[in-house]
Amino acid sequence: MGTAYLDHASTTPMLPEAIEAMTAQLRQVGNPSSLHAAGRRARRVVEESRETIACALGARPSEVVFTAGGTEADNLAVKGLFWARRRPRVLLSAVEHHAVLDPAHWLADHHGAVVELLEVDDRGRVHPETLRAAIERDPGDVALVSVMWANNEVGTVQPVRVLAAIAHEHGIPFHTDAVQAVGQLPVSFAESGVDAMTVSGHKVGGPIGVGALLLARGVDPVPVLHGGGQERDIRSGTLDAPAIAGFAAAVEAAVKHQDATAERLTALRDDLIERVRRVVPDVILNGDPDNRLPGNAHFSFPGCEGDALLMLLDAKGVECSTGSACSAGVAQPSHVLLAMGQDGARARGSLRFSFGHTSTEEDVDRVADVIPHVVERARRAGLT
Amino acid sequence: MSGGVDSAVAAARIAEAGHDVTGVHLALSSNPRSYRTGARGCCTLEDARDARRAADVIGIPFYVWDMAERFHRDVVEDFVSEYAAGRTPNPCLRCNEKIKFEAVLDRALALGFDAVATGHHARLAGGVLRRSVDEAKDQSYVLGVLTREQLSHAIFPLGDSTKAEVRAEAGRRGLTVADKPDSHDICFIADGDTRAFLADRLGASEGPIVDALTGQVVGTHQGAYGFTIGQRKGLRIDRPATDGRPRYVLSVEPVSNTVTVGPRTSLEVRDIVGERPVWNGPAGEPYEPIACSVQLRAHGEVYGCRAQLSGGELHIALDRPAAGVAAGQGAVLYEGDAVIGSATIASAV
Repeated sequence: MGTAYLDHASTTPMLPEAIEAMTAQLRQVGNPSSLHAAGRRARRVVEESRETIACALGARPSEVVFTAGGTEADNLAVKGLFWARRRPRVLLSAVEHHAVLDPAHWLADHHGAVVELLEVDDRGRVHPETLRAAIERDPGDVALVSVMWANNEVGTVQPVRVLAAIAHEHGIPFHTDAVQAVGQLPVSFAESGVDAMTVSGHKVGGPIGVGALLLARGVDPVPVLHGGGQERDIRSGTLDAPAIAGFAAAVEAAVKHQDATAERLTALRDDLIERVRRVVPDVILNGDPDNRLPGNAHFSFPGCEGDALLMLLDAKGVECSTGSACSAGVAQPSHVLLAMGQDGARARGSLRFSFGHTSTEEDVDRVADVIPHVVERARRAGLT
Repeated sequence: MSGGVDSAVAAARIAEAGHDVTGVHLALSSNPRSYRTGARGCCTLEDARDARRAADVIGIPFYVWDMAERFHRDVVEDFVSEYAAGRTPNPCLRCNEKIKFEAVLDRALALGFDAVATGHHARLAGGVLRRSVDEAKDQSYVLGVLTREQLSHAIFPLGDSTKAEVRAEAGRRGLTVADKPDSHDICFIADGDTRAFLADRLGASEGPIVDALTGQVVGTHQGAYGFTIGQRKGLRIDRPATDGRPRYVLSVEPVSNTVTVGPRTSLEVRDIVGERPVWNGPAGEPYEPIACSVQLRAHGEVYGCRAQLSGGELHIALDRPAAGVAAGQGAVLYEGDAVIGSATIASAV
């Protein structure tokens, strides 16, 4: 009995081309900053990877700053732009990932930032008027705006291009966390008009521990990591040529197949939603029914606790997520669902299934088979 | 799985015996840092990590169950209100009764599990709870409050082993908690200062310390709840007793906020009344007096006695006097090493 891995939004298996590109480099020596032949060889791998990623994401190679993952890129964008701009207000959507929220709150606690969370509607969308109103309370005081491309929990896609344009009317830099979007939605850095964009390796079939912050020309955050100044003096640390090669191969493949992937995942996802609804009639689909990530199905099961559902599904070979943040493993109600106006009980009874490149119809069958029994059990255990 | 050595070995043993085991760590504080003091307690972030690591080594799934609200209500608040009422509660006993074998057990049964296994040092066979073979580590006393129904869904895999054997086995199994110190004291009082913990919650209120022999006020205190029957230290009586002998707390009267002290001989009691009796042993309920033995506090002495249920109370007549019997503690009855019943001590004379 295999398992149905339906947690691709937390991490997705590496693509064969990424494994190949990465392992080829793991056999080589060379620090990309070294001047000798081995160093030049490694540098070439890094620069070709940079070009590949830039090309796939509609950016210039010089706009790609490699980091050790999405969290670092988000921290660099939020802290770095705040410090560079020397203005107090940081405007974020209320449904941002913790990698954006927490650096902002830390800036508020330690560096005098004033964090303003932009309200979302019950589908999790930021309305352009909300951003406009927030900016116009005092446009000269805003350091940056950050709104994610697509939400990691409920999959809602934000009107990033429109929001970025509003920020630009006032000359305010706009950052977006596009970690969940790349490979599932068409993503073009240039066309979106954003100034900074976070991308992660392992969400698109590359390795864990590598990512990038795309930074438009002239957008220069203050560094978070100081040292050798390898990446435009904005980010220091020896470049991880093997991981970067795997990352580039994954981005290239994911973007090349994005159309077909989106179509296939949407079909699987819609099938899952329909079949879960059939066997659990009172299930609630969270997020935006239309503008959502193709691979995302996020439910609330009334009367159940998400943790109990997750445990029971795990025992039946279905791997999914409650999508909530943990401290010492204790689930807190999701800030995303609370921001969407849900009560604590509904927020705690939620579960995210996320599809990816290895997902099949058998995965959907497995969920549909076990979910009625699992929900009944979890309901009996109730909300403790 | 607390993160300690006992629950880790208990889990390993039942998993090895072929049960389908899931490890559960109880989060007992909504702010885990607030209970954090190194390896003292059983509910710190570090303990949660240790428990998770043990589950990894054993190869079982592991989850944290959030029992913070229930624990606060049923154990911590109960602890405070019992002291406020002049009694001396045993929170471990209450935790077994209300958390581990009620909240956790109910949830586990609803989710499709058959039983809750813990690392308590006690034996359970054929529904009969017995003392551990390791008398010094025996925990049957704090399990004596469980009903037959609760015991029917309990497994205690460690009862036939000594603590030393459990530690050695943990080492052999590659469980890194093998050398972790035993937990002591009350897990939710991080620094071990019970009186300060109570003062924080109940406030200070000066009252008299009265000598039972003379009726004289011999000192003052900052809150009667800070005293336990049989207590000798920390009374700070400012004059010598008329008989020249040390004084012990004889009674704690919360309404008048009075602590009465007297000589050790006045502490001695022979007749105990217990409330909320539980009859969980192999024998039938003793509506006629039966001869058995009783333990009146954790790791306390065992007394021969005659016990009888009547009017919803358990009446215990000790064969010889006991000193320092505090209301609120458990009276657990044994026949040999088998638990036959228990009650919460309401009064003793």
